[in-house]
Amino acid sequence: MFQPGADPGSSFPELLKRVGLASASGDSAGDLSVPHATTCVALRYTDGVVMAGDRRATSGNLISHRSMEKVVQADEFSGVAIAGAAGPSMEMVKLFQLQLEHYEKVEGGSLSLEGKANQLSMMVRGNLPAALQGMVVVPIFAGYDVRRGSGRLFTYDVTGGRYEEHDYVATGSGMLHAGTAVKIGWRDSLDRAAAIALACRGLWEAADADSATGGPDALRGIYPTVATITAAGWTRVADSELATVFESIATEVRAR
Amino acid sequence: MTMPFYVAPEQVMKDRADYARKGIARGRALVAVRYAEGIALVAENPSNTLRKISEIYDRIAFAGVGKYNEFDQLRVAGVRAADLKGYQYSRDDVDARSLANNYAQILGQIFTHEMKPMEVEILVAEVGITPEGDQLFHILYDGTVVDERHYTVLGGDAEAIGGHMKEHFADGQPLEAAVRQATTALAGTERTLTANDLEVALLSRTNGRRCFRRLSDDEVATALAG
Repeated sequence: MFQPGADPGSSFPELLKRVGLASASGDSAGDLSVPHATTCVALRYTDGVVMAGDRRATSGNLISHRSMEKVVQADEFSGVAIAGAAGPSMEMVKLFQLQLEHYEKVEGGSLSLEGKANQLSMMVRGNLPAALQGMVVVPIFAGYDVRRGSGRLFTYDVTGGRYEEHDYVATGSGMLHAGTAVKIGWRDSLDRAAAIALACRGLWEAADADSATGGPDALRGIYPTVATITAAGWTRVADSELATVFESIATEVRAR
Repeated sequence: MTMPFYVAPEQVMKDRADYARKGIARGRALVAVRYAEGIALVAENPSNTLRKISEIYDRIAFAGVGKYNEFDQLRVAGVRAADLKGYQYSRDDVDARSLANNYAQILGQIFTHEMKPMEVEILVAEVGITPEGDQLFHILYDGTVVDERHYTVLGGDAEAIGGHMKEHFADGQPLEAAVRQATTALAGTERTLTANDLEVALLSRTNGRRCFRRLSDDEVATALAG
């Protein structure tokens, strides 16, 4: 137990500092070749939000992982999608998930969606020294705001700047292609199926034009990670459903 | 120079124990009981916001009776210890036994070294992957740890409540039966308790990663109506 003045409250990162377990960020050497994670998109639809991310991680010109999970559940009503250096990204997401759960348990209630977004912003800012040495982490945060009754999207820059997006957002090396595809197809009245198809279309276009983004891999049965977040919480879209979606995209592209 | 009066250590310990017991006996009691899919925790608690039962980790719950600020302090210490251990090693390495030992040390330390012992009794419950793995650790104000198999009673009037539980407990019973049983045990012979007077939470094997779940007043009422 802590003395009143030294008590870390409900902050898990602060608790790690108190017990001497916080990672020393910024100590890493300059020119490391670390695996990088790539294209993620998120968009709002009538019931909430859809998040999608490809599965490829690259190290320079090599593919280092084919089945990386870049879209992960943060808590019941939110998720994070990450682009950037794989190691720091994964650590950040792990710490973020822990912080949300830790807060919930200590305080007896969840943070507001806005509060979660700000928390992530602080973590991205904390990574700035490492980012300056090439270990950039740029996440997307999306969730269902239970108080407002709608889906919300947040994007970040390297310095921890937090920007709320209304309709859709993309990040990573293929963000330009994915973002453009989603921008053209986005409507205010998208339903679940259309929103998933649009997110997949974005990833397809990114994979088509960006070497660091992986497409659907029917041969190995690896499909992008796609999830919806609604009033019912986080739900991962099944691979079988994604297989059908990508099959119809392929058919359409073939018929051009 | 004045000399302090000599007081025998036995007397000091006895006085402290009496003090703690008195404080605990003033509060309302709490029952934890196993059912087919996990462990049900039922507390008599008229407050809807100040909780006696709460989540510590994926499979572990905490319950306390006695002085609220004191067991709440212990609860937060437990959440911290569990989250730190899970972060440092793995989620599977967080277990109720080591947490119970931690609590026993804290309580024992305070009982012997501080002016005033903590007026609390706490419970650390862990739901196993199979019913055989269910664990209940009941920790007293002086750091004594008791490990119970099927049910445990915390707080004042524990003997009468425990007697009722002993008579009616059945291994593998459904949730509703367990909640009813705990409620009648808490109520005793002269009262009836309604959903409003109770705080009920579960550690359920069927709940996914985080086994802890609170029951709403409506759910409790349905269970009690049987």
